[in-house]
Amino acid sequence: MKLKNALFAASAIVSVTATAALAQSETTTLTIATVNNGDMVRMQTLTDDFTEQHPDIQLEWVTLEENVLRQNVTTDISTGGGAYDVMTIGTYEVPIWANNGWLVSLNDGMSDDFAADDLLPAIADGLSMDGELYAAPFYGESSMVMYRTDLMEEAGLEMPDAPTWEFIREAAAAMTDRDADINGICARGKAGWGENMAFLTAMANSFGARWFDEDWQAQFDSEEWSEALTFYLEMMEESGPAGAANNGFNENLTLFQQGKCGMWIDATVAASFVTNPEDSTVADSVGFALAPDTGLGKRGNWLWAWSLAIPTSSEKQDAAKTFISWATGPGYAELVAENEGWANVPPGTRTSLYENQEYLDAAPFAQMTLESINAADPTNPTVDPVPYTGVQFVAIPEFAGIGTQVGQEFSAALAGQQSAEEALSNAQALTTDEMEAAGY
Amino acid sequence: MARAITTRKKAMWTALAWAFGLLMFFPILWTFLTSFKTEATAIADPPVWFFFDWTTENYADVFDRSNYPLALTNSIIIAVGSTLLGILIAVPAAWAMAFVPGRRTKDVLLWMLSTKMLPAVGVLYPLVLVAKWLDILDSRILLVVVLMLINLPIIVWMLYTYFREIPGEILEAARMDGANLRNEILYVLTPMALPGIASTVLLNIILAWNEAFWTILLTTVSAAPLTKFIASFSAPEGLFYAKLSAASMLAIAPILVMGWFSQKQLVRGLTFGAVK
Repeated sequence: MKLKNALFAASAIVSVTATAALAQSETTTLTIATVNNGDMVRMQTLTDDFTEQHPDIQLEWVTLEENVLRQNVTTDISTGGGAYDVMTIGTYEVPIWANNGWLVSLNDGMSDDFAADDLLPAIADGLSMDGELYAAPFYGESSMVMYRTDLMEEAGLEMPDAPTWEFIREAAAAMTDRDADINGICARGKAGWGENMAFLTAMANSFGARWFDEDWQAQFDSEEWSEALTFYLEMMEESGPAGAANNGFNENLTLFQQGKCGMWIDATVAASFVTNPEDSTVADSVGFALAPDTGLGKRGNWLWAWSLAIPTSSEKQDAAKTFISWATGPGYAELVAENEGWANVPPGTRTSLYENQEYLDAAPFAQMTLESINAADPTNPTVDPVPYTGVQFVAIPEFAGIGTQVGQEFSAALAGQQSAEEALSNAQALTTDEMEAAGY
Repeated sequence: MARAITTRKKAMWTALAWAFGLLMFFPILWTFLTSFKTEATAIADPPVWFFFDWTTENYADVFDRSNYPLALTNSIIIAVGSTLLGILIAVPAAWAMAFVPGRRTKDVLLWMLSTKMLPAVGVLYPLVLVAKWLDILDSRILLVVVLMLINLPIIVWMLYTYFREIPGEILEAARMDGANLRNEILYVLTPMALPGIASTVLLNIILAWNEAFWTILLTTVSAAPLTKFIASFSAPEGLFYAKLSAASMLAIAPILVMGWFSQKQLVRGLTFGAVK
């Protein structure tokens, strides 16, 4: 009897699901894949404004954690699955995917008020190929120094607007007070191409290092890389927190908010978190400065933008363009300001935002964010010429894998499991192997 | 004297069992507590245990931001559907292997198990392309079939072990009394193997419930189960522990309740045939 019942239940389930799968909706429904961060979640709460203007378009959100999102959209776009009509992707994916012909150009068909000229040039360059824009930036970020003004004062130092690495190291040592659990410097150590390698690649750029020379030969055996990595390891040992090799953005954010970091060099988006008195115990004593340099003409800051793009596999490209025009256009900034205040407007994408006095008044970190973004040049990221674009990454499909492996070598060096020389020679060997296998 | 030692020993083992039990339960307790904290209290150092301002704000946020009822329904349909479908196929297979083994039965069993060793990502693209061709991407039926196929080796193996415990003579006796194959399986074998079948069902529901590779990659919205629901609450930039904990509690609650109610069956099934 039981078996019979089970059979019935199973067939019932099968028929119900089949019917559900066949059901089709009539209005245009856009499926939007997006990353879970404050700005994106805020946009979801404001979509009534869009659906009122466009009653024939409905929005369906799929919000995911960054790595899960990347797996999902990559699987979908590379198989032409067509599950998503709008994808949130990073600066790393855009040039590679555009080159594969997977993304729809946004040069035509956008609403008039989209105002492409208003986009910050550094950001727009990173999202364009051969003069065509392939993704519209939703928010942009660079990296900068966030520091405790009170601790800096106690140490008898004054932070310049554009510090050198040498100054940062000295200040970090002066601010460190192990007994009081205060570490002079917090920086990323957790392995990953978007984790410690984002920080270290940008830092290495300012030391004159580069990933590849113009013939795609790995450069980890260069003097510049050795200098950069040794400097990082020594500085972290002198003044960094215990277990720094496990720290990523969130771990350092927590440390800084609890008052355990003198300085923290990380994404500009963190500025709004560390100055928010609800979460941060040091909200009223945070200062900002540009990412450090060594006087070679490049600063150690990166450039990233979460952007909205349309896969060519989408069958609703016109509606998708209408939505992207709304979500990334200047009108959206005003909508957020009206509902949640200017400080909550997604930063780093448009010139007009940084000319708006109300925004500048509400966001004390605005000017430094803009200068940091402008100081990064994704098409010309290093002191010596390179064949690739990208500041803290190399925009080739192989980079995610290689970057993470190199990141593991450097993280192991930070954890004291190997020396800087060993880490660099391992990095050189594995990068050379992978690049040869990939046919460079 | 001997008695005293036994009691003391017993107390010691009881204490050890309790300590181990609490250790296993601790992550769930911590998730539960964190889900009622604010994001700032959730990361407080030293950690705050019980004395904080309990808030249900995280649960409200989670309900606000995603479609929990849909994800729950999908999880139930996918987990139960794939398990039942698997049982339907596995009972006859296990019967054949247990009672009328051929020369190659052992090889077949091992070969089935070997399919579990294949990295799932290796068949991701072929599977997505087939699903796309059949136009069943993001449908429950796809996940029911895929999860059934993935868990089938385990179901067959478990049932096979249970069936082996049943003396073949009983089935022979039934045959002598004129039972045909259908009656033999339905009225003789199944009732005797019921504890085994029940624990197989329970274990596979749990496996399917927790499966987080296929369920995340093969769904977008309409078939997205609780695994995808949880994946939306972790964030690389910004604090998320409290909200993630709330989402996790909501996702594990149904299976936790099911586990409590069927504890006895589960333990019995898992230890069935362990003593030989």
